[in-house]
Amino acid sequence: MSESNAVIRVEGIRKTYLMGKTEVHALQGVDFTVEQGELVAIMGASGSGKSTLMNIIGGLDYPSSGSYFLDGIEVNKLSKNELADVRNQKIGFVFQGFNLLARTSAIENTELPLLYDRKNRFKNHREAARKALERVGLGDRVDHHPNELSGGQQQRVAIARALVTTPSIVLADEPTGNLDSKTTVEVMQLFQELNAEGVTIILVTHEDEVARYARRVVELRDGQIIKDVIQQPDSAADDVRDLLARRKAAQDLEAEALAGDAATTNQGTLDAG
Amino acid sequence: MRAFRLIKVAGKSIVKNKMRTLLTMLGIIIGVGAVIIMVAIGEGAQSQIEEQIQNLGTNMLVITPGAATTSGASQGAMSFNRLRSEDADKIRNESVYAAGVSEVIFTRTQIVGGNGNWRSTIHGVTTDYPVIRDWDLRSGRFFDASEERTGKKVIVLGATIADNLFPDRDPVGERVLVRNVPMDVIGVLEMKGQTPDGNDQDDVALAPVQTVQRRLSNWTFIRQILVNTYSPDDIDEAQEELKAIMREAHGLADWAPDDFEIRNQEQLSEAAQGTTEVMTALLAAIASISLLVGGIGIMNIMLVSVTERTREIGIRMAIGARGGDVLTQFLIESIVMSILGGALGIALGVGGSSLLGSSMGWATAVNTETVVVAIVFSAAVGIFFGFYPARKAAALNPIDALRFE
Ligand SMILES: Nc1ncnc2c1ncn2[C@@H]1O[C@H](COP(=O)(O)OP(=O)(O)OP(=O)(O)O)[C@@H](O)[C@H]1O
Ligand SMILES: [Mg+2]
Repeated sequence: MSESNAVIRVEGIRKTYLMGKTEVHALQGVDFTVEQGELVAIMGASGSGKSTLMNIIGGLDYPSSGSYFLDGIEVNKLSKNELADVRNQKIGFVFQGFNLLARTSAIENTELPLLYDRKNRFKNHREAARKALERVGLGDRVDHHPNELSGGQQQRVAIARALVTTPSIVLADEPTGNLDSKTTVEVMQLFQELNAEGVTIILVTHEDEVARYARRVVELRDGQIIKDVIQQPDSAADDVRDLLARRKAAQDLEAEALAGDAATTNQGTLDAG
Repeated sequence: MRAFRLIKVAGKSIVKNKMRTLLTMLGIIIGVGAVIIMVAIGEGAQSQIEEQIQNLGTNMLVITPGAATTSGASQGAMSFNRLRSEDADKIRNESVYAAGVSEVIFTRTQIVGGNGNWRSTIHGVTTDYPVIRDWDLRSGRFFDASEERTGKKVIVLGATIADNLFPDRDPVGERVLVRNVPMDVIGVLEMKGQTPDGNDQDDVALAPVQTVQRRLSNWTFIRQILVNTYSPDDIDEAQEELKAIMREAHGLADWAPDDFEIRNQEQLSEAAQGTTEVMTALLAAIASISLLVGGIGIMNIMLVSVTERTREIGIRMAIGARGGDVLTQFLIESIVMSILGGALGIALGVGGSSLLGSSMGWATAVNTETVVVAIVFSAAVGIFFGFYPARKAAALNPIDALRFE
């Protein structure tokens, strides 16, 4: 692949936090490139700097040193307002917490980024938001407030909000951190589908269960990349199907067992008679 | 379109936090309401005073002993009393504009009769007096020219005296004692109410000037000469003419200042109006302070809400809101709240002042000027006090705002 295909190019990035008098080196020289259409999982122990890196890539924070190019633009040279527009136009961010607005319905949460779209690419905000919610399978929950939704549903609203501006990059910081295994696989299926449509996806996780759906896995330790491998990803869609099949089989088995029990009971009654 | 959407967002946030909104607006509501009520009371008092001055009698001129100013220093109205019956006679004989002329002398004394006694003021006047003052009788009659000339011991009571000394009957035909002089009550005046400065005009008794001078008081100087003209249009000319007559009567040289003062209705009311204008301004100033306090209340709540909503600001910025968008949102919120509060305050003010007007019997007048000023002021309060918290919100870093607990 050629150099021009790199949508994200991070060069020698350092991030140092000052905690009173002690310095915390969250990132200590990270070099990292992501090509158009990749699905990357960033792994690492807690405190290894995953969120810090994601926030810089997402244009939420500036690095202490080093440079970061997004689509060839050096992001850390942009003004605050230009950076806000980059966040709005190019990136869809799914946060570690869901970060939805409370007392605000799913559809209102989803259409929020369109309010700040200075290019006015979408005439009908409601319609665009509804489509995004349908895309994540929440077409029947548009008027629910976050406190009326399950964790998985809230996460899907957050994903819909990230998708509504049709960004070319989706960044997700532990998108499955608060979800059970079934919902996790469903969310991963969604990401794989989006990726198949050409969206570049970077997600953070510390579970191998999640990382196995990514083609590329990058591992961080103490603010440095220690591993960067390409692998054959599992299909989340298959796993979902398997999961459903297994669940159905278990249910059938249970039903059969119940029916069997009933039959033996009947037998017993007959015997007595 | 974007502005409209931002207004909608602000509107939603206002509706979603009803309690917060109400508390924020309360200061403005009370402030604007107070300003309107206070100004209405002040203006009502003013128009009432104007009406009362009109009531003094139309076409009237009042001559009083002058505050003769020598070398610029006033020596006080009574320091140089030179009004006499001769002056009044000269006006009667020479003036073309004067329709009626009446000397007025006062004496303060006890009136005994009927139920007991009553301390009041007796005015010595002439037969022209009720016409000049436009003052009718409730019962009985006024004294006539011959009674006046001969100084008959007759008296006409004001409504307050009549009602206090003779609460159960018409005093006409009764006899009262004034300084041990028995006087026949021949009439009772109609109720006239209070003067602009709060004196009871009905707490007075009228007797022929001759009678008062000869039998009740040895004070022969005259306190006032009242003159009325045939028509209100003559007032200015009459004033000039009376001035000339008075100067001649007093034998004043050309260089000498007037030793008397002639004032018409307008000049009388100016003094009274001056005081009520001061009162209105004072009331408005006090009420404005409450409006200011209301504004500070808005700032307070907006500041708290910036802190409370730091996460919301972080989320909005993370998905692409610029600092300016956040600033606009918060500013619109505070402006909408203060204008809404202003509108409710106007309703409170208009309702409150008409309620006060009807229940307390005060004349209150809401004028549109105050209402417009109140609206503009509350919008200004919203911008002024909303700006600082809004800027604080806009200056937040998205990542810091998101991390805020
Ligand atoms: N605002 C901050 N101020 C000071 N130190 C910080 C700040 N943010 C992060 N750090 C420190 O930087 C390091 C990396 O933090 P980061 O949030 O990137 O970790 P992470 O890999 O995302 O961890 P987790 O898996 O728990 O989310 C940690 O040691 C953390 O304490
Ligand atoms: Mg993290």
